[in-house]
Amino acid sequence: MTTTFTSHFSPNTDSDREAMLTAIGVESAAELFDDIPKEFRFPGLDIPEPLSEFELRQEMGALAAQNATPGDYACFLGAGSYRHHVPAIVRALAMRGEFLTSYTPYQPEVSQGTLQAHYEFQTLICQLTGMDVANSGMYECATSLAEAAMMAARITKRDRIVMLDSVSPNYQDVVRTYTQGHELPIDIISPGQLDLPDDTACVIVQQPNFFGYLEDLQSLSDRAHKQGALLIVSVDLASLGMLKPPGDYDADIVVAEAQTLGVSPSYGGPYVGVFACKDSREFLRQMPGRIVGETIDTEGRTGYVLTLQTREQHIRRERATSNICTSVGLIALMSAIYMASQGKQGLRHLAELCYHKSHYLASLIQEIPGYSVPVEGTFFREFVMQCPLTPGEINEKLLAYKIIGGLDVSDQIENGMLLCCTDVNTREEIETLAKALAEIGGTA
Amino acid sequence: MVVPERFLEAHNRKLLMDRSTPGRIGASLTKLDVPKTALPEVSLLRDNLDMPEVSESEIVRYFSQLSHYNFSIDHNFYPLGSCTMKYNPKVNDEMASLPGMSEIHPYQPESTVQGALKLIWHLQEILAEFMGMAGASVSPKAGAESEFAGMLMARVYHLSRGDTQRKKVLIPDSAHGTNPASAVVAGFHVVSLPTNEDGNTDLNALKAAVGDDLAGFMLTQPSTLGIFDTNLLEVIQVVRDAGGILYGDGANLNALLGKVKLGELGFDVVHSNLHKTFTQPHGGGGPGAGAVLVSERLLPFLPAPHVVRTEDDAIEKFSLVTPPQSVGRLGPFAGNFGALVRAYSYIRTLGDVGIAEVSEDAVINANYILSQLRGVYDLPHDRHCKHEVVFSAKNLKDKYGVSAKDVCKRLIDYGIHPPTMYFPLPNVVEESLLIEPTETESKETLDQFIEVMKLIAKEASESPDLLHDAPHNTTNTRLDEVLAARKPVLRWRRKTSE
Repeated sequence: MTTTFTSHFSPNTDSDREAMLTAIGVESAAELFDDIPKEFRFPGLDIPEPLSEFELRQEMGALAAQNATPGDYACFLGAGSYRHHVPAIVRALAMRGEFLTSYTPYQPEVSQGTLQAHYEFQTLICQLTGMDVANSGMYECATSLAEAAMMAARITKRDRIVMLDSVSPNYQDVVRTYTQGHELPIDIISPGQLDLPDDTACVIVQQPNFFGYLEDLQSLSDRAHKQGALLIVSVDLASLGMLKPPGDYDADIVVAEAQTLGVSPSYGGPYVGVFACKDSREFLRQMPGRIVGETIDTEGRTGYVLTLQTREQHIRRERATSNICTSVGLIALMSAIYMASQGKQGLRHLAELCYHKSHYLASLIQEIPGYSVPVEGTFFREFVMQCPLTPGEINEKLLAYKIIGGLDVSDQIENGMLLCCTDVNTREEIETLAKALAEIGGTA
Repeated sequence: MVVPERFLEAHNRKLLMDRSTPGRIGASLTKLDVPKTALPEVSLLRDNLDMPEVSESEIVRYFSQLSHYNFSIDHNFYPLGSCTMKYNPKVNDEMASLPGMSEIHPYQPESTVQGALKLIWHLQEILAEFMGMAGASVSPKAGAESEFAGMLMARVYHLSRGDTQRKKVLIPDSAHGTNPASAVVAGFHVVSLPTNEDGNTDLNALKAAVGDDLAGFMLTQPSTLGIFDTNLLEVIQVVRDAGGILYGDGANLNALLGKVKLGELGFDVVHSNLHKTFTQPHGGGGPGAGAVLVSERLLPFLPAPHVVRTEDDAIEKFSLVTPPQSVGRLGPFAGNFGALVRAYSYIRTLGDVGIAEVSEDAVINANYILSQLRGVYDLPHDRHCKHEVVFSAKNLKDKYGVSAKDVCKRLIDYGIHPPTMYFPLPNVVEESLLIEPTETESKETLDQFIEVMKLIAKEASESPDLLHDAPHNTTNTRLDEVLAARKPVLRWRRKTSE
């Protein structure tokens, strides 16, 4: 027996439709589409037929099963997306329908939950980064960085963007994409390069850098400021549990990926970008994105609203500071809950776990014939391993050990693989990786 | 009966930093199971980590209480025009949180994420079919980023043909603010086009504005007035003849699924907001996802990456590729995958039969509201609407001094989220109320809304202050937005003793 399909999402029955069409004064629903040119009307859709929820689960389960899932596999990837243990409360609270299915808080009287949560996010980001103000979220770190560069150009009234060559290559690409329309020149320099051109709007640094190592922020800050340029730091928030924050180095704008605070990797998104900066009239005027501010209601009680909206596209249109129309609110909420739950002790502990585990792995690798850790300096939770084979070959072989290896960076460091350890990489996984590398290297 | 204010939940708005007690913690600490390494030199370490110290139980209660101060689709009718606040199926959230979807890392080798890439590829294909386009990238993370990508494609397309003088983009005055903002970020200057009395594009103004400096035209269909432009084919012809790229803003796709394909009409690039039409929850302001779809001539310029399917000995393989003349990478990875999973689940659940009903019911519901509130509120364009309808509270404003905002705030007292107000902008419609019921609301809900709207119009005539002072039962009464902007307080700070 076949059943005819009825959408369980839409309540309209045939008799509901009929009653409404009569009230509207038309014979059929088709009449309501009369304004569409006839030859193009009702083209038909060639897509698969409906699935029951049971069938959907089977189909999606089968797709998921075609992926190698970290958790089943040990995974040593980082490079801008990090796996951590996420406390149960993060999901439990963020998935409440009141948060999940509400809109942007343009009507503040019915959005105080979202608004206060985003105010918490702004506060906690400022506390963590040592910056004065933060907005309530950008798409992710890379576009946040691009917006920071464009903001620096507007503030300094200079065009040139100077970026360290140790910034993530994908982030560099995104900055190029976003600035191409205004043809802002971009210089890629090595940290040691001393001279900055006179028209430098900003110096962009990643801390720790793409390869996991700490840059000398103080000297970069001094050089940028001496030249009248702004210092933009893209920082790993997990490192700020133990390392001095960019605010302590007089950074002008700080961007970051808050995915690392309580959000799963989810194949690259959704994440939430941090945008924090110094507090000045000009900076506030030029900031992109949504900002929540405290105010009072007609009874004198504290409450929160979206503020400084005259910067934004829905008010300012072509003169807006950015075209962004989201703050990725739900993901910002998740990271606020995560920051609250870790708190002062937990964030320090998290940073130390990342630090000790990655250094333990590096110490094991240095003992394996054929492998080395070639980069000098202090790293936080990522480092480059030089392999006796191409990283691609190593990674292919590691899969047999149920290990997803690191990122291939051989285009920048010969046979280099970028490895990362976080709180979820157990000692057993780390030692299994070292053993597997030794076995694979022995066959070189 | 009456309880002292300080005991009311709604008045305990203390922030986390003020709830902090030294020594408390809200998470269990993972054990350190490896030998310690000496920490970096002390000058690199911080001694000022001032973060909250709150227990898990306190955090759960705090955020649960906060959540009560929100309206949401799960709890309230939410007829917010141009936002498509339809029901967000719960199963989608579950599918996106399958470990095989949520735990996979964006840098995993392609051979280990074939399921994810296959899903993305199918979604690209399905969306292209909905829109009648040749190809898609689902990497944009919001509608505005798709617009930006689309306008970049227009830019690079013209430049690739040596058309360096094409710097002007035309946009109707009824468009979303993101349209002009996105065109400007992509390097264009924007000229606004008026809407004519029928709510259509003003053809004469369009003809006068096009020339060999025209880069493109950004058009939302149906427009934010909720109506389909009856001059559309002529508009398209004028833009094409002038050599412009036609951008279709798909924010209002919920009116058009299976009813018309913008690609077949001649659009070069369109986008779809997966958080509107395809049920990615709005999350209090994101995440969204915006697929960008193109015609044949723009395929080489698609943003990176997009997914292609190849077949080798009948084994299909999916890969991420950068098109040859790509405008570049929009983000570090392949887009908001979690939102793509939800959209795909939704589309597969409804399938061909169900999707075809979506727009039909959305349009019936909107026209039903139009028919029942005609005469109660001003109706600037009295013709069949699509999925949303614009009313104006100008009649109430003129007669009783009650504004669209007052009507909106009063609706809150009845447990209904306000429609979009003051958009379309006052130069297009004064005191506008943009109402979009969506297809997931029942006739009973619509009837109740209609009754409330009539009641509010009556209240406006009898006791306008009831509306001026609304809402009456929320956590906060009306908030002082001017104060917030004039004296910005944007974060908690420790109170210093004076």
